[in-house]
Amino acid sequence: MDEKEITVTQLFRHPFTLRIGGFLFGSRAHRGLTSSIILYALLIAIGFIYLQPLLFMFTTSIKSPNDLLNPMVQWVPTELYLGNYEKAFRVLNYSQTLLASILISVVPSVLQTLVASIVGYGLARYRFWGKPIVFLLLLTTFVIPPQNTVIPQMLTYRNMGLLGSPLALILPALMGQGYRSAIFILIFYQSFMSLPKVLEESARLDGASDMRIFFTIAVPSALPAYIVSLIFSIVWYWNETFFTVIFLEGGITTLPMQLSRFTQAYESLYPPGVVNIFDRLNEAVKMSGTFLNILPLLLMYFILQRWFVQSVEMTGVTGE
Amino acid sequence: MTARNQPRKGISLRAREALHGYGFIMIWVIGFLLFTLIPLLETLHYSFNQVVVSATSINLTFVDWANYSRALFTDPSFIELLIGYTIETMVAVPIVLIFAMIIALFLNLKFKLKGFFRVIFFLPIVITSGPVIRELTAQGAASAPGIANLPAVADFLAELPRAVRSPIEYLLTSFILILWFSGVQILIYLASLQKIDKSIYEAAAIDGASSWEIFWKIILPSLSTATMINAIYTIVTLSHFSENKVIQYIYNQTYNMQGGIGYASALAFIYFAVMIAMMGIIYLLLMQWTKRKSR
Repeated sequence: MDEKEITVTQLFRHPFTLRIGGFLFGSRAHRGLTSSIILYALLIAIGFIYLQPLLFMFTTSIKSPNDLLNPMVQWVPTELYLGNYEKAFRVLNYSQTLLASILISVVPSVLQTLVASIVGYGLARYRFWGKPIVFLLLLTTFVIPPQNTVIPQMLTYRNMGLLGSPLALILPALMGQGYRSAIFILIFYQSFMSLPKVLEESARLDGASDMRIFFTIAVPSALPAYIVSLIFSIVWYWNETFFTVIFLEGGITTLPMQLSRFTQAYESLYPPGVVNIFDRLNEAVKMSGTFLNILPLLLMYFILQRWFVQSVEMTGVTGE
Repeated sequence: MTARNQPRKGISLRAREALHGYGFIMIWVIGFLLFTLIPLLETLHYSFNQVVVSATSINLTFVDWANYSRALFTDPSFIELLIGYTIETMVAVPIVLIFAMIIALFLNLKFKLKGFFRVIFFLPIVITSGPVIRELTAQGAASAPGIANLPAVADFLAELPRAVRSPIEYLLTSFILILWFSGVQILIYLASLQKIDKSIYEAAAIDGASSWEIFWKIILPSLSTATMINAIYTIVTLSHFSENKVIQYIYNQTYNMQGGIGYASALAFIYFAVMIAMMGIIYLLLMQWTKRKSR
């Protein structure tokens, strides 16, 4: 009854709201114990929901066939069963697809990062006619859906006999048209803009050439941007499946490609009519495959996470 | 500086600088022509043709707007998928923006274990790929925990008209996935939160502003650029995602005997137009909002 009387402004001025607001938006005083507890509780709850699919994936992947059938077993398996991983390892043809994935993600990423830094440097340090047009086109390349350009590219590659070869992904990266290249160019533009010009100008007075200035002075000072670009680039190339499926089909098989035809691959290794019921394809094996798929990225992420988080703030991806 | 100001070899300094600048971006310009502009125009050309690819050549037969009218008026599944995609994107964008903003506000605070929570919230950036998402959705691991599977919820949903039901269903079944698309957006919000001058908070606090007012009057307006970038980024990632049903439909049409490449190209352009229209709408909405705030 009375609740209806409270207007919105009153609600905002209510002590409880103020307390919540206080700890959310950086309160003037030190945070009290209650707000700290609320903060951690919220973070843990959101974090748990956020990670739930991953936890589910992991716990399912170590369930034995018995555990899968047992309705009592939800989150904690009765035993650590690694048979699923053995099968998934074979089905994914892991050692080969892993190598292919590393090749397909690392090589274009390195080239893309290098080219993006050159282009970003040109945009940040030189005045020339048509720069706004270049920026506009950059944004367009980011927005254009892949299926609007992929068919002619595929036909050209087919004529050149490049379909199925890693070159089909490397060439665009080499020309600054790799997967999401525009973002990396903007990152480099941003970080070169924020660096002082003094050193470069004095080197120019000493007669150093543009390329030399770029490689000896600009590159080392923009190191965080290189690390960020490289990490994001590798991650995005690794996870990309639209281009890889079209350009590499019939040639190299990457891990995500193999995962997307997991069922077929499983049934050709373990024909459903032949194997016993425990060796049929079940969700535990699928989840093991999925987990094996993201494992290399997880490892990379946990090793490099400090860089990942910190340098993004340094380079300021916002592009303002 | 005097040495630089003197023109050398008869070229003005300005022109020299421009030439060197073009030297740096030349590789990108060539790449843009070869890998973006020409394929884009070719796809546009295909979309007005019946395309038959044989082992040695590509045969085009001009069909005018036939591919487009077939897509818009006779193909029942494409329009349905397109509407579904539009609804899903329009549901997902605000959720991603709000969630990313809240998490960024949290991570901008000072507290112990901050590094640990950051690692958690940026994790999906690393693992979100088409096949992984497909496997997780197939197992129902992506649904809103505890809600989506309740029979009461299913009964309730069955009562609703279809236009209301499908966004809610989408929300329930892929809630976590929607959140998973906010990794980069959290980073962008964090970066622009850290650019806000701390002394503004203090000044506002001295003037007696509550934290709530500080949020609405200072923090939110200064996040408007980041919000715009995030909105565009979210639409682009959702629209380019390889598990997107429209994209898969277009991909399947490419290899379809009936229609083939020409039809798929027309579909791709319609899709592109819808995507741009959505960006335009969101852009206008956000502009309106920013204007009202600044008044």
